[in-house]
Amino acid sequence: MQLYLPIAEISVNAFLVLGLGGIVGFLSGMFGVGGGFLITPLLFFIGVPPAVAVATGANQVVASSISGVLAQLKRKGVDFHMGGVLLAGGIVGSAIGVWVFRLMTNAGQVDLFVQLSYVLFLGLIGAMMLQESLRSLLRARKPGAPIRRAHVHSWVHGLPLKMKFRASGLYISVIPPILVGALVGFLAAIMGVGGGFIMVPAMIYLLGMPTKVVIGTSLFQIIFVTAFTTVMHAVTSQTVDMMLALILILGGVVGAQIGTRVGVRLKAEQLRILLSLLVLAVAVRIAVDLLVRPGELYSVAPGVMP
Amino acid sequence: MIFRALALLFTLTAPALAQETIVSGLSQNRVSITADFDGSEILIYGAVKRDTPPPGGGRLEVIITVEGPSTPVTVRRKARVAGIWVNNAAVLVDSAPSFYAVATTGPLGHILSDTENLRHGITIERVIRAIGITAEAENSEDFVRALLRVRTDEDRYRVLEGKVELTEDTLFRTDVVLPANLTEGEYKVRLFLLRGKQVVAHQERLIGVRKEGLERFIFNLAHERPLIYGLISLVLAALAGWGASAAFRLVRA
Repeated sequence: MQLYLPIAEISVNAFLVLGLGGIVGFLSGMFGVGGGFLITPLLFFIGVPPAVAVATGANQVVASSISGVLAQLKRKGVDFHMGGVLLAGGIVGSAIGVWVFRLMTNAGQVDLFVQLSYVLFLGLIGAMMLQESLRSLLRARKPGAPIRRAHVHSWVHGLPLKMKFRASGLYISVIPPILVGALVGFLAAIMGVGGGFIMVPAMIYLLGMPTKVVIGTSLFQIIFVTAFTTVMHAVTSQTVDMMLALILILGGVVGAQIGTRVGVRLKAEQLRILLSLLVLAVAVRIAVDLLVRPGELYSVAPGVMP
Repeated sequence: MIFRALALLFTLTAPALAQETIVSGLSQNRVSITADFDGSEILIYGAVKRDTPPPGGGRLEVIITVEGPSTPVTVRRKARVAGIWVNNAAVLVDSAPSFYAVATTGPLGHILSDTENLRHGITIERVIRAIGITAEAENSEDFVRALLRVRTDEDRYRVLEGKVELTEDTLFRTDVVLPANLTEGEYKVRLFLLRGKQVVAHQERLIGVRKEGLERFIFNLAHERPLIYGLISLVLAALAGWGASAAFRLVRA
């Protein structure tokens, strides 16, 4: 069934989009990430203009994060204090991101900018995650090895403006969470992602939060950052395609429920290795596009250069 | 004096008497882009009306063009910079149609002279306006050629030589397929009759292409009330996310 998208102004197969949403939902349910880093490149691939893909991807992440937070809320897995501080940073980062995105669109370099961000951040996070999970897998095989402390004191704990975060059992400065929040907000705006794949490792390793509250808190603040990003994109560039978002969400929520069930049966280390390989595969795929000579050197965009 | 005036009058009216005119029709003069829009086929047909027997001066040929709304277009070229491919040169083309099809009864080079092409703007190269682009980048003609190539690959620009059927030098018809990625606006259909590479008659008609129903509503809302549109998108996403988790709880219970 063909469906004409009113904002993207292309006709797509509705079942293909539903299927894409479903696959991404399945993976996000299995790994506990928003899936924005998969959906946006997949949308590029089926011919959705990059600007529309990024803005609509953000809208889709709102839906999957709300679904996730509601599940975490029952497990008391959300630290609202920490979420609020991360959010304050996130809004600032997101506003800067939307502004940079428009600057790059005008300069004709938005595709390059989005692609480079993907290669850089996905490559970095994927490699770090793979290395860390391989190491913990090896450690699990050697029973005599020393157990690493989850909570290590570092320079982070020496900063001023300390605050109590009860749910996380932390007493740390608000500066690192604000910076982490700002970075994730910035990435959400330029990559159309929630930033869970950056937020989660940052919370564990940088802020020393207990794993129990990490996913819920990360999702909690991602809801607001992507919601803000969606509205900003809608207002500044009118690139949110409501129809496309709805179909993606529909496929995504169904896929997520199936993915969650499959995920429960896998071991945590196996899951993390699979996720890191997936993240790396996306990064490599995009890097190849940048390095190989394109078939068509010219591109055509309606509109006037500023 | 009177004789000369009469002679002048006669020479002026003589071609008019021998003139051939076009009577034409379109299978539809409006196209609605609805949610299930998947392209549209337009039948353009017509007849040559004459009061006198057909004049000499070459075979009768027909050219039909369909032209979508024009916009300025930026054409960018990628080049390798520090190992990666980036856009590093751009040219602004003042006006290029979003869609253009030329259907003819024969090869364009054989039935149309260059001067007539220039005067009426029939082939796509004559429709695109790219003035003063030489200052913007080196080899600026390459950019215009690339524009033609890219849009031809996207099925936006088409040359349909020999696709107009002409029966007994009187009746003609052609089908033009409008693609699924249509832009809204007035589509101009031009019909030309030619003899000996010269245009002897021409006519212009319009097809209105508009988004309708839900498409119209969403598009208007996004552009006229962007803030409300963004908020509605959020509410829909929130409802879908909440609905999914509620539905899942019901299934599990």
